[in-house]
Amino acid sequence: METIIQASYLIAAALFILGLKQMSSPVTARRGILWAGAGMVLATLVTFMSPEILDSDQVGTNILLIVVAIVIGGGYAWYSGKKVAMTDMPQMIAMYNGMGGGAAAAIAAVELMKASTEASHDVTGATTVAGILGTDIAILGILGAIIGTISFSGSIIAWAKLDGRLSRSKLLPKQHIVNALLAIVTVGFAVAIYFTADINTIIIFFVLALILGVFITVPVGGADMPVIISLFNALTGLAVGFEGYVLGNAAMIVAGIVVGSAGSLLTQLMAKAMNRSVANVFFAGVGTNVAATGSDDSLGVMKEIQAQDAGILMSFASQVVIIPGYGMAVAQAQHKIWELTQILTEKGVTVKFAIHPVAGRMPGHMNVLLAEAGVPYDMIYDMEDINADFKNTTVALIIGANDVVNPSAKNDSSSPLYGMPILDAMNAENVIVIKRGRGAGFSGVENPLFFADNTKMLFGDGQKAASQLIQAVKEL
Amino acid sequence: MIEGLAAVYIFMLAGFTGYEIISKVPVILHTPLMSGSNFVHGIVLVGAMVALGIADTTAEQIIGFIAVLLGAGNAVGGYVVTERMLEMFKPSDKKSKSEES
Repeated sequence: METIIQASYLIAAALFILGLKQMSSPVTARRGILWAGAGMVLATLVTFMSPEILDSDQVGTNILLIVVAIVIGGGYAWYSGKKVAMTDMPQMIAMYNGMGGGAAAAIAAVELMKASTEASHDVTGATTVAGILGTDIAILGILGAIIGTISFSGSIIAWAKLDGRLSRSKLLPKQHIVNALLAIVTVGFAVAIYFTADINTIIIFFVLALILGVFITVPVGGADMPVIISLFNALTGLAVGFEGYVLGNAAMIVAGIVVGSAGSLLTQLMAKAMNRSVANVFFAGVGTNVAATGSDDSLGVMKEIQAQDAGILMSFASQVVIIPGYGMAVAQAQHKIWELTQILTEKGVTVKFAIHPVAGRMPGHMNVLLAEAGVPYDMIYDMEDINADFKNTTVALIIGANDVVNPSAKNDSSSPLYGMPILDAMNAENVIVIKRGRGAGFSGVENPLFFADNTKMLFGDGQKAASQLIQAVKEL
Repeated sequence: MIEGLAAVYIFMLAGFTGYEIISKVPVILHTPLMSGSNFVHGIVLVGAMVALGIADTTAEQIIGFIAVLLGAGNAVGGYVVTERMLEMFKPSDKKSKSEES
């Protein structure tokens, strides 16, 4: 039996890796998730036959509890995952990720509780967690517990922030110092658990780790959320890998560590695209320190344009490059934009979409929305591929994007955005910006592009403005 | 079974594998891939099942129950969301055939 189970775990781990591999190309991506899904079903089913579970004193109750928990947890996730709108995907990923972290932490909790009981009953003579579980298992188990718990509470905060349920960026004065102290105390308790097996120490440790996750995530600015979610994703992977070691489960080790390393790399790529270090994301929110540098009136005046004129400009363009940002997601304008694209294409205009790596709230967020609207992915270009093309562009249409086209990132060393790679929209012959109001962007930094000579502002809600543009282009 | 140096090897090789997978991904697939890897660590469900399966006391059963509940949420939710996202990735030639609003 044991052999069948281990072999199934091996197959599952292989399916996960192959699945992820296939997910890295748009052509095979769909097959990838099916493979990974098959691996998950296989691993779950064989676990029911695991001797550890079948030999337990309470096998009947426990198996019943397992089934009930899977039905409730899985059913809820199935329902919420199916009905959530595409624009709300990032927070759902954050929530499901948090659940994974919580599960890893709970596994650690069960193991530590068992060790604690064993110590108090003096079964083996060992009285510390380290003595009962063994040095390696104790260390990795406790590490997994810290990481998993932080990922759990942190992801829940990330979810609440993205879902608009929480907008506070500060809980306490000197939050960072409090966080540092709290982290030290939490680690202290972790060490204490290792050398004792006291149940109260274990409980306090978990409570502290939960609070730490909350405190770490609350100050993080909305623009940095993708980095945080990606980081928590990697952390959950690590925690799962560590708890896999505790349980001697190869599938968990391999899958967890693969996700841990893939997630870490993804986190770095994202942070780099925003010109921020991961540490920076935690310790300095862009939105908090720029108020002083931002607002001076020397930038000039914004020039407004009406939809009709913008429509004419685009209809007779040779090439239009559309740059979407989070504003498009908020306004749900992606369908209208695609309609506009189709009409322009019929008129012989070349239309391309330019996506900044961190446009939206997650890398690839815009791609998902455009794909939802039906935009074929071969019309969508990455920053490196499109930037040289802007000088051949008649109209760059910016909808709901701001910081990712801000030229201060290139030429103003005092700007908080300085050094961030941007889309060179300012090199286009004309720039049309669809924007709700005159305010600064998500980071709170003013954008000189909006005041440039070749820039015209089309004020209004993204979807409404796009409809007006469609109307204008159709009438020609 | 998996101990000492063997475990170190597994950790190391799995780490390299994850790194390799991500390093060649186009930006357009970053969100789906993050979601996909989020699904993959839903394998924690298996560990949660074992943790609940070996529980002896009521307290252990409660924590184990929570573990399975959360693990199942991670696995199922991760799958549904990833699948929905990837469903939309269609090349342009197929697109012209399937009519969408």
